[in-house]
Amino acid sequence: MKPTDPDVHWIEERPLGLTEKLYLPLVLQGLTTTARHLVGKKVTVSYPEERPAVGNPLIYRGVHRLNRDEEGRVKCVACFLCATACPAHCIDIVATESPWPDREKYPESFQIDELRCIFCGMCEEACPVDAVELTSFLDLTGKSREEMIFDKEKLLSVYDMTKDSEPMKSESLGGTL
Amino acid sequence: MPTVIVDGREIEIGADERLNCIEAARRAGTEIPHYCWHPGLSVVASCRMCLIEVGSRDAETGKISMVPKLVPGCQTPAKDGTVIVTQSSTVIESRARVEEALLIDHPIDCPICDKAGECLLQDYHFEHGKAERRADILPFTSKKRDVGPTVTLFADRCIMCTRCVRFTREVSGTGELMVNSRGSKEEIDIFPGYPLDNKLSGNVVDLCPVGALGDKDFLYQQRVWFLKRDEGVCGGCSAGCSIHVEHNQDTVYRLKPRENQHVNKWWICDEGRYGWHHLHDPQRLVEPTHRQSGQSLPTEWSHVVSELRANLNAAVSTGGRLGVAVSPMLTVEEAWMLCTLAREIDPQALLAVGHVPSRGEDESFPGGFTIRGEKCPNRVGVEHVIAAFDPTVPKWESLLESVEAGRCSAVWITAAYPPAGSRPAAESEPWIDEATAARVARLCEQTGTCLVVQDLFESPLSAHATWLLPAAGFAERSGTWVNHAQWAQHFERAIRPPSGVWPEGRLFWNMLGRRGLYDPAAIRREAAAASTALAALAEDLPSVGLDLRLQQLATT
Repeated sequence: MKPTDPDVHWIEERPLGLTEKLYLPLVLQGLTTTARHLVGKKVTVSYPEERPAVGNPLIYRGVHRLNRDEEGRVKCVACFLCATACPAHCIDIVATESPWPDREKYPESFQIDELRCIFCGMCEEACPVDAVELTSFLDLTGKSREEMIFDKEKLLSVYDMTKDSEPMKSESLGGTL
Repeated sequence: MPTVIVDGREIEIGADERLNCIEAARRAGTEIPHYCWHPGLSVVASCRMCLIEVGSRDAETGKISMVPKLVPGCQTPAKDGTVIVTQSSTVIESRARVEEALLIDHPIDCPICDKAGECLLQDYHFEHGKAERRADILPFTSKKRDVGPTVTLFADRCIMCTRCVRFTREVSGTGELMVNSRGSKEEIDIFPGYPLDNKLSGNVVDLCPVGALGDKDFLYQQRVWFLKRDEGVCGGCSAGCSIHVEHNQDTVYRLKPRENQHVNKWWICDEGRYGWHHLHDPQRLVEPTHRQSGQSLPTEWSHVVSELRANLNAAVSTGGRLGVAVSPMLTVEEAWMLCTLAREIDPQALLAVGHVPSRGEDESFPGGFTIRGEKCPNRVGVEHVIAAFDPTVPKWESLLESVEAGRCSAVWITAAYPPAGSRPAAESEPWIDEATAARVARLCEQTGTCLVVQDLFESPLSAHATWLLPAAGFAERSGTWVNHAQWAQHFERAIRPPSGVWPEGRLFWNMLGRRGLYDPAAIRREAAAASTALAALAEDLPSVGLDLRLQQLATT
């Protein structure tokens, strides 16, 4: 967009008034805000002793999970669309022919580098079969970088851990598949 | 000159050209969508995607009379005064209906289809189809079956263009594929007990405009939009087919033919198509080694550059000759640098064409495609280079004779031969047999000759080498190859060689003491100035290459 574009509206800064020129009234105004927060209700929590409240777990973007279908198999069809959409290039999939008759291919290995991930949720949006989802699970810790590369088993275990508290978003939100 | 009017634009075509409306419109920059038509196959006009409005202009009165209905562009010849209308509302509506009809039976499993991203059905639907689908969405039913050792058929994705059937009948001449049943139950199939197993079978996958035919070697490996494509030349035989090397993160995933009417038309053979696996073979040599007092130790390339030359100089100063086998796998530029280097070290160095691997006879197919028996891409180019230094152009055998006669005090053998028949290196025969290697090695050991071997894999010869240097694969080189018919093609490297490997070009460039990065164009100009046979290489080559003989005729 060029500066001369008709959609660009140029605004002049208005001249300072007397109180603004005196400077001190504004300092007092700022200090009042600080003081109000000192005595007011705290918004931070002492994590990990205290748990932050997750507003709506269905739209929270925490650790990923790989969903299972009704038969307990991984839902993913190894289409690579999450890996394509991922802006951080943190998803690595190796596809192979599926052993099941109702599906063409499935992921032989599915890895998400949780350290590289920026939790934007694009993978979740790209997935055509709602297999990869972000949970409200936020305790993401590990002792090594390798530990933070979540493989297929680990991502499926996140599903097993969270499936009761967080039903699959596709169903609860009237998903397409 | 005959004039064709495409959407109101007048285009002149050649007087003796036989173009159809699709080709004529392409000249005018208008793409008429088509599935079943392919320039290398016969016309069936069955897909109905290229329906257009056609008419003719009266040469005298200039009056235009149109054909009252839509006609297939692939079947309609473009003549003087032909009027082609590709953008009328009738044509646009017709295309949308063809798309809709094709998609009624199509599973639309694009997310798991390997063709997605390079699929004509996808592309044309975005361009010419309608956004709404009136048919009910069918559940996924994979009708997947094997049709041969290299190809898998997904019958439900097929749009019955029959390109593959025509290919096996007209180009490979094997006729394995057929159309089974009729009407809405039509399916591509093989005759029972006769799988699609011929030396050009992989081409049906390239021909398939949708994802119905899948290449087993590439199936599920990578989505096509991750692949980068570079123009290359196949090094499998002396035909020198133009190819696209498709790769990602320095890993080749597949080779595809690149249209070149002078060499391979639209096709490549299966041996070439799958002949890239050796590039990623874990057994490849990746470290230069130097044998001193009976012990082979890994060394640094910087050390090789300085010490190898000193080593060869010392060997030559004892009075023997330096014998060099210039491998026909090297590019013209690399061969030129190697010969220059050898003659700098020893002005009377014996330059010989390296071992020329050969398997079987030339094999021709009805479609005009030939697989050559000579399994190296650049024998002709190397011969031209050597002829500039030594007009007798000694062969590999004469180098062996010189070694046996004890005339050589240093031998430099460049090899870089890929394993035969696109098999893993461990299962294939080495390029040099045990007996020859032992003979060379024994003589070298007796006389204390310095033996330099540059190869992709270990061979019976490599165990005896004083210097064993890793070589580059075909996709890791830059330069020019000259095929059996003197057709020169230039290519740039597609992927980087494995860590630790210097391509020959880089080593020779550094050993010649030249500064900066290896620049094939500079070497090419030098070679062109010094050799009449290579004079055509002075200019940048077109991407389809050019005939060296034409330039020779022009200069003589």
